[in-house]
Amino acid sequence: MSIATESGRSRQTARNGWLLSLPALVLLTIGAAGPLLIVLVYSFMEKGQYTGVTGNFSLQAWFEVLFRRDIFDGTVSLADAHLTILWRSVRLSFLTTLITFGLGLPTAWFIATRPAQSRAFWLFLITIPFWTNLLIRTFAIMEVIRNEGLLNTALLAMGVIEQPIQILYTDTAVLIGMAYVYLPLMVLPLFAAIDRFDFKLLEAGYDLYASRWALLRRVVMPIIRPGIIAGSILVFVPSLGAYVTPRVLGGGTNMMIGNFIELQFGQGRNWPLGSALSMVLLTVVMAALLVYVRVSSRNDAHG
Amino acid sequence: MSITTAVEARDVVKIYGKGTQAVHALNGVSLSIRAGEFFTLLGPSGCGKTTLLRCIAGFETPTSGAILLSERDITAAPPNQRPVNTVFQSYALFPHMTVAENVGFGLQMQGKRRVEVASTVSRMLALVKLDTLADRKPQQLSGGQQQRVALARALAPAPEVLLLDEPLSALDLKLRKEMQGELKRLQHETGITFVFVTHDQEEALTMSDRIGVMQSGNLLQIGSPRDIYNRPVNRFVADFIGETNFLTGTVENGSVRLRSGEVVAAPVDGRSGTLTLTVRPEQVRIVAEPAPGDLPATVRDITYFGTDTHCQLQLNDGTQVVARLQSPPSGETGLEPGALVNLRLTQGAVQVLGD
Amino acid sequence: MAEVTKPFSVTALPGFGAIAATAFVLLYAPIITLVIYSFNASNSVNVWGGFSLHWYEVAWQNAAVQDAAIRSLIIAASAAVVATTVATMAALGTTRRGRFKGQTLIYVLINQPLMVPEIVTAVALLIMFGAIRAVTGIQGLGYVILAHSAFCVPFAYLPIRARLEGMDIALEVAAADLYATPWQTFRHVTLPLMAPGVLAGAMLAFVISLDDVIITEFVKSAGQDTLPTYMLGQMRRAITPEVNAISTTLLALTVILLTGFFLITPKRS
Repeated sequence: MSIATESGRSRQTARNGWLLSLPALVLLTIGAAGPLLIVLVYSFMEKGQYTGVTGNFSLQAWFEVLFRRDIFDGTVSLADAHLTILWRSVRLSFLTTLITFGLGLPTAWFIATRPAQSRAFWLFLITIPFWTNLLIRTFAIMEVIRNEGLLNTALLAMGVIEQPIQILYTDTAVLIGMAYVYLPLMVLPLFAAIDRFDFKLLEAGYDLYASRWALLRRVVMPIIRPGIIAGSILVFVPSLGAYVTPRVLGGGTNMMIGNFIELQFGQGRNWPLGSALSMVLLTVVMAALLVYVRVSSRNDAHG
Repeated sequence: MSITTAVEARDVVKIYGKGTQAVHALNGVSLSIRAGEFFTLLGPSGCGKTTLLRCIAGFETPTSGAILLSERDITAAPPNQRPVNTVFQSYALFPHMTVAENVGFGLQMQGKRRVEVASTVSRMLALVKLDTLADRKPQQLSGGQQQRVALARALAPAPEVLLLDEPLSALDLKLRKEMQGELKRLQHETGITFVFVTHDQEEALTMSDRIGVMQSGNLLQIGSPRDIYNRPVNRFVADFIGETNFLTGTVENGSVRLRSGEVVAAPVDGRSGTLTLTVRPEQVRIVAEPAPGDLPATVRDITYFGTDTHCQLQLNDGTQVVARLQSPPSGETGLEPGALVNLRLTQGAVQVLGD
Repeated sequence: MAEVTKPFSVTALPGFGAIAATAFVLLYAPIITLVIYSFNASNSVNVWGGFSLHWYEVAWQNAAVQDAAIRSLIIAASAAVVATTVATMAALGTTRRGRFKGQTLIYVLINQPLMVPEIVTAVALLIMFGAIRAVTGIQGLGYVILAHSAFCVPFAYLPIRARLEGMDIALEVAAADLYATPWQTFRHVTLPLMAPGVLAGAMLAFVISLDDVIITEFVKSAGQDTLPTYMLGQMRRAITPEVNAISTTLLALTVILLTGFFLITPKRS
């Protein structure tokens, strides 16, 4: 009818949309998003004597993320302990991504090449570990790699080693744990990409004298690249922010950012530093997610 | 001049699945394709023509039987070791590569040097008239252009045999006719043996040196288009290719007495009993003066097709016959439904069908 | 003539089958070991002492475990109800309306828990709830339930939204054509059709809440253990197969709920 009614109706639509979403928005603002702002604020405050903050503005926390001032002669140097932890987080997350890719690509390929009827079954099989409690999975790995665990017992019984290998409470343990926990997150996007892949292209490749390896390198990988990127980010991001796995498998010593943040709110008694570190982690994660969104929307454009 | 055999299939059987669910795609097909010829496998969907093609390409392995290429047994060879290339029905162009990269792919896989690859690619693109589109991606091309890229890609490695799996089915009529001519030209220019699969009998008739007609996993007849058209070996082939008339009769003194009563000449060849005759509509003429051997018939319908006029007639026993006449200059045949006429079958045009 | 050869497989890639098999084995071996050893009669975790339900009894009779289990269930049920209700309304508000201003903001806010690392949310809530507790003196389970409800919303939202988007709007138009008011249309057409999605969302929210460790650990007061936080505490001390028993039980519950979820949601063709 008249244009006024049209825009009036769409305004009504928008208003109803907002109204209906309001409870969700309120809940999430109070229970999730809002508190993040408090963290941001706290990172700019002076730390309190035992806990919390004094309410005075200070950039000390941000300084302490990377640097420290020697208490005796006042020289500024890099905070080695902090950097070690940051580096460990990045390193382990990166290695986790590599390992899960190495295991995940063949697995996703396998599932995608099953006949249609059984494919749902294999997908279900991959998702069960994904939905299993993180703690349970971490505990399960712990049971396998500890000195009296499955792995060492088997190796001892076979005579491969004479003494149990200390795996638990090392970086390796954390790496194994994270790869175990995040493997399904790599498989699922890869599967989605391979599912869209036109297998006729493989026939064309073989027809044109390509070897299996050449085909993988020159045809498959370039075409499923969006899936590779998606999977990598879906593994890298949670690995970076991991808390439970490094705590259980790394003991108190092999800390990653998540554990280090917790420390500041516990024994470390440096809430502003913990807040600043949280903001750093959040920023890195957001950046990675932006990359992910950009890549997948570009992928959708190609169709 | 000796005729070399480019491709030979010996008793190829292909069975999918097991037990009661088993699908018999090929039932012991044997044929020989000559070097340098344009050979077409023709048949309806499900007849096995694509399966046979895929066996030659190497994507399917025969359940039993052999495939030979220039006398070499390649049955066990994987597709990337056969000097045979395929043009796929869906073209299967690599979407992440340019046209030039697509065309050069096979050459690269063969380990040819970059300079050689580049020169062959430009030669191929010129051959299919796509030189200006070398840097485009397949998604940016029209269907007809994609088809030519697929062709160039398959020809670039100079295979011994080129396999084409219904490559023109996705094109519209005009483009299809154009491409039919193109393919013939290419085949002559390159001299490569073409094995072409189609369900379109008109396409097969216009393009092929020889045709192999298949049905339900069996090879029914091989021959030149003329052979297949004029001397079909059984009812299916006769009916599948072009239009035809079927007449039933019994053998009598070396001729055939039709059910409608008349006696016609036919190559009986020592057969006896009831048999089916076939005669093409254009071999049925309507004559003014009846002679022995002519068939009295009633006109049922006349359809004007421009150059032709189709006449639907009925014999004494109710058998339907179609006659194709060249339209008279005035366009009027002077025939009316209900008119009584006489039909004369051209000497030697009547075939006896096996089956 | 030709011998029967191994048929050529287009989709086979070198070594992929073996690696995939290894991956599946590696994925399930630890879990299966854990389950098996929950039935271990002996105290140790690697020496098999015979089949026994002993540890299940121990766990069942452990007051701390009972306490934690009940608390977990209460929290999960409450959070699931709240999250699902809120998510249903939000889904109705954001789907099938065409684009409107601010829609992206709503998506971002609703899905925010999926994007922010749990540890960051955990410390954020620790600070905020700590302050509120100090000021108001209110203790109790409310904080945990609030936190759980919040991060369960996206998990409830996504299946409901998917279900709504798959629904044929023509059905509601037909109802309106047959003189139904918007409320009647909602009650008799939209809601029943949406129900499987809502149910799926609720189940997902329940599982997620049940499994949460980090946020609960940070937000709870002393003595407010849930099953996961209880287990986390146990893992720092001497580990007995009791933990295996609890884990197996939780695992079974998750599998049952997940199977139900898979059966309810329509298969994408």
